[in-house]
Amino acid sequence: MAKQATRVSYGQALVKYGIPNKNVVVLDADLSKSTMTTMFKAECPERFINMGIAEANMMCVAAGLAASGKIAFASTFAMFAAGRAFEQVRNSIGYTHLNVKIGATHAGISVGEDGASHQCLEDIALMRTIPGMTIINPADDIEAQMAVKAAMELDGPVYMRFGRLAVDDINGADYKFELGKGVELRTGSDVSIIATGLMVGKALEAAEKLADEGINARVINIHTIKPIDEEIIIKAAMETGAIVTAEEHYIMGGLGSAVSEVVCAAAPCPVKIIGTDRFGKSGKPAELFEEYGLTAENIVKKSKEAVSMKK
Amino acid sequence: MDKKRVTELSIIANKVRKNALTAVYNAASGHPGGSLSIADVLTLLYFEVMNVDPKDPKMENRDRFVLSKGHTAPALYGTLAERGFIPKEDVKTFRSIGSYLQGHPDMNKVPGVDMSTGSLGQGVSVAGGMALAAKLDNKDYRVYSILGDGELEEGQVWEQAMFAPHYKLDNFTIFIDNNGLQIDGDITKVMNPTPIDKKFEAFGWHVINCDAHDFNALEAAVNEAKATKGKPTAIIMKSVKGKNVSFMENNPAWHGAAPKEDDYSKAIAELDAIIERLEASL
Repeated sequence: MAKQATRVSYGQALVKYGIPNKNVVVLDADLSKSTMTTMFKAECPERFINMGIAEANMMCVAAGLAASGKIAFASTFAMFAAGRAFEQVRNSIGYTHLNVKIGATHAGISVGEDGASHQCLEDIALMRTIPGMTIINPADDIEAQMAVKAAMELDGPVYMRFGRLAVDDINGADYKFELGKGVELRTGSDVSIIATGLMVGKALEAAEKLADEGINARVINIHTIKPIDEEIIIKAAMETGAIVTAEEHYIMGGLGSAVSEVVCAAAPCPVKIIGTDRFGKSGKPAELFEEYGLTAENIVKKSKEAVSMKK
Repeated sequence: MDKKRVTELSIIANKVRKNALTAVYNAASGHPGGSLSIADVLTLLYFEVMNVDPKDPKMENRDRFVLSKGHTAPALYGTLAERGFIPKEDVKTFRSIGSYLQGHPDMNKVPGVDMSTGSLGQGVSVAGGMALAAKLDNKDYRVYSILGDGELEEGQVWEQAMFAPHYKLDNFTIFIDNNGLQIDGDITKVMNPTPIDKKFEAFGWHVINCDAHDFNALEAAVNEAKATKGKPTAIIMKSVKGKNVSFMENNPAWHGAAPKEDDYSKAIAELDAIIERLEASL
């Protein structure tokens, strides 16, 4: 099974789809070697703009470029894209609904050794509050590349969330990505595990373990967190009667919240949310997943709890 | 510019001031002081300098304008009304429910508004992005932006101040409305941004100091900016907050307060008197 960090996929997709599209410009805030926009820079330096370490200015310059007909990809770490420049994104990109694509890499605790200051665990929550913002959190290489292509084709602001850590492929080469549509990766009737990003792989692993214990778990990959696929969630709630969500993000405001909002309004059932509940810290990604409960074992445990709560 | 044209522009600028005050009075909220101080430069830009067409507000090669000090939207709406982008009577709907004239400019609602602004420091960055787009596309349109002097306290302004000279955006001209006052008082006492000219010079800008209420000086500054190659230009305009309304001039109390009926009538009477005198001299 191939393994690649989605930030590398971001760089590759910018080259593959961005270079033929003359309207595409790529901005970076002195992190091009980490966000992998350096790949685009090497091939197309005339449409690459280094903004220096100035994320607020970068978001607004991207807005100005978009207001002038460009498709502007503003790239930096999730912490600085969604966190530091939140208000620039909100007012100059969201409120205006300009054609800016935010490439936010190094999201989540899988950043590892850099520690809490760089482990962005609140970006999905922040971006979800901006009306009209599309949010994509891809699970693997091909999904990440398809997300960049879809973002390029959509008119309006998009927040794309990529990781630093290499992740296993989940989807095959024939994978069809559809913006706003969840993907049922495994059928099941006892409980639904709804996961996003690098937790999708762990959800599949958990479903295998649950099957060994006679629990039939459905696995759904939600790559587009906003607008969320309400249909697939409601169907899961009605047909399985119990849900576990899994994300590499704070338990408030992220996928778990988004799923709960849908379920509460349309088909109430127990929802167990797996995510982080405190700031991150330095360590190897695998150690951090263990410590913060972002594991297949924890998904198994929460799935059993959810099943036991069913009426 | 000949004397007659100066008089004509002065008349328009004072009508812009009346529109701005009418907007704020009817809304019973808004920012009159800083609107009155930029009426002259807005008039010069929209009636003399910028290539814009009220019949085609999104014209591809138009010059762009971004009001970075977005709270002075009444002056921008007042100018767009005089220039024919929006009906004059609409300024009375400013800030009211259902109106397209929001408290701060909205590019998706108002014809002629190139960028939504209001959060200080952001407009100038966006304007820099527009200027870069023109360079990338080899287009010859120019980009103008007005900032408040208090706005210079926003750190983002200085991120853009580094950016525009770095990318040699000589199609980019900013005006600093240096009226010396912000909400809490004298800018040098609240958080001193001076010397403004030396700071922009140090960041690599071509800098011009001029009088914000002298059309000839403003026009000369704009022409000098156009002739300056390889770097953007910052025009530091010494202005009077509340200009041409005696009791509002240099009074920070009028930064964000709407006049009541008495004060509104007095202000309009003063501006009408100025307009009458100017028209008589034509």
